[in-house]
Amino acid sequence: MQTIAKGRAFVFGKNIDTDQIYPGIFVEITDPEDVAKHAMAGADKDFVNKFKKGDIIVAGTNFGCGSSREHAAITLKGVGVGAIIAESFGRIFFRNAINLGVPVITCKNISSLVKEGDTVSVNIATGVIKNETTGATAKAVPMSDYVMNILQSGGIKAMIKEQLAQGK
Amino acid sequence: MHAIEKLLAFKAGKQSVATGEIVNCDIDVAGINDLYLQTVRSFYEMGGTKVFDPDKIVMFFDHYAPCATVMQADNHKHFRAFCQEQGIKKLMDINQGVCHQILADKGWVYPGEIVIVTDSHTTTHGAFGAFGTGVGATDLATIMVTGKLWFMVPEIIRINLTGKLPKGVYAKDVILKIIGDLGADYAVYKAVEFAGPVMKEFSISERMCLCNMTTEMGAKACYIQPDEITLAYLADKVTAPYKIYETDPGYQYAADLTYDVSNFVPQVAVPFSVDNVTDLAKQAGTQLNQAYLGSCTGGRTQDIAIAAQILQGKHIAPNMRMILVPASKAVLEECLAKGYIQTLLAAGVTLTATGCAACLGIHQGLLAEGETCISSTNRNFPGRMGHNKAHIFLASPASVAASALHGVITDPREEL
Repeated sequence: MQTIAKGRAFVFGKNIDTDQIYPGIFVEITDPEDVAKHAMAGADKDFVNKFKKGDIIVAGTNFGCGSSREHAAITLKGVGVGAIIAESFGRIFFRNAINLGVPVITCKNISSLVKEGDTVSVNIATGVIKNETTGATAKAVPMSDYVMNILQSGGIKAMIKEQLAQGK
Repeated sequence: MHAIEKLLAFKAGKQSVATGEIVNCDIDVAGINDLYLQTVRSFYEMGGTKVFDPDKIVMFFDHYAPCATVMQADNHKHFRAFCQEQGIKKLMDINQGVCHQILADKGWVYPGEIVIVTDSHTTTHGAFGAFGTGVGATDLATIMVTGKLWFMVPEIIRINLTGKLPKGVYAKDVILKIIGDLGADYAVYKAVEFAGPVMKEFSISERMCLCNMTTEMGAKACYIQPDEITLAYLADKVTAPYKIYETDPGYQYAADLTYDVSNFVPQVAVPFSVDNVTDLAKQAGTQLNQAYLGSCTGGRTQDIAIAAQILQGKHIAPNMRMILVPASKAVLEECLAKGYIQTLLAAGVTLTATGCAACLGIHQGLLAEGETCISSTNRNFPGRMGHNKAHIFLASPASVAASALHGVITDPREEL
């Protein structure tokens, strides 16, 4: 996992549910590359054409609420999201993202500090967030050691695979 | 400790746990839904070969059953092969219904269990004094490999319901009112317990509705202390011994709220969020195209019974369509035996196969651009039941039936 993510910010509001991140009509798709083609299709149909690998999603409270569909995390991983910084996350989406090694960063006042198109950097290990465009800084809510360990292992699949290999 | 904490402690092999602590727990029921072939992919990607215990895994074909596309059929085919290969006998095929209702019908959920399903509405199982929570595909794969899953011990909010529920007001109205009051993110990462004298008025069906909808306020899990109503429901379904945990006196809730339901009136959640709730009367007269009665929230026998009562000997409005999706095979059979299905068919209702159907916008009753639907389901997000610009109003089954009758949003108390 890269410690520092830096990219252009795509800003969303509060309660962005998984139907907006990945509409239900596409859940029958299982190939991750195909899943990536429909990222944020319920909120912004043009998102996949504008979003570049390493860019950052910024959102208000409860990002990823709603359905448990892992497609929502898979699709954002697939488009190469550098990090998702939100004021809070739906809990299943949060777990799904961590399990896939996608940095999900909680920051209470991020919406007031970042505008669409600003360049934002975040140090995932220290939780220091900087709006490189305005100079504003913020601090993430620290993750538990357990969660950070999954993230730093590159996701839970790699972690379990390692445990199985060691016969644990 | 709270009953939930005692349950988690026992399953983690510990004497006690504290709020915020991370525990690794043994899982009693691990349910997979047909949407998530990723579960099988992740299982193999982790290096899994044989599942930890095939008898604890339940495979549900509910979110697209029967299949509407070749891709869906292909997913079911892969899952059938996986179950065969792994010796998973509990394959709930396309005739069985929605996962949560199946678990209740078959007596596979009971007090003291941890029930994990790849469906966000797994909070439903708090109605039985179980710890139920939804996860994604890869978390479920972790259980298939190790038999365990990690949880953070949640803060717990208690909601006490007091007073007497007025006629025409149901559990669905109560939970909509509470979600509207507290907000869609009020209980994120937390558990919610329902308590108070009104619980004695609520059947298992209504308790499931309450617990189910706590997902829409962000809750991780829900809990209702098992009582004589729970035990009566389980009596002829569960043979295994089970343990009922009790909360210690003096347990400190993160919040302790009380609602007097005596003055509650029918509620409706207005597009496009579940916490955008108002008195149904304020939306009365809103023109409708479709009414939808079904789902793990509002598709049980009691829900269909009230709709049959309202529509008995009548017919839904012209230019209106009403879709009925019984939550499970057992629900369908009971409603057939009691004549409710026949009554509703005579009233012009369309019966579809049991399962999740149009609740999540996949098949069996999708909405076109600009159309409006009143629904007994749990979500009204943009695009949830079809087009992004279709409007979904969430309400009780009685409100759905009364509105279907008139073709506009209608207060059910006028029809009872």
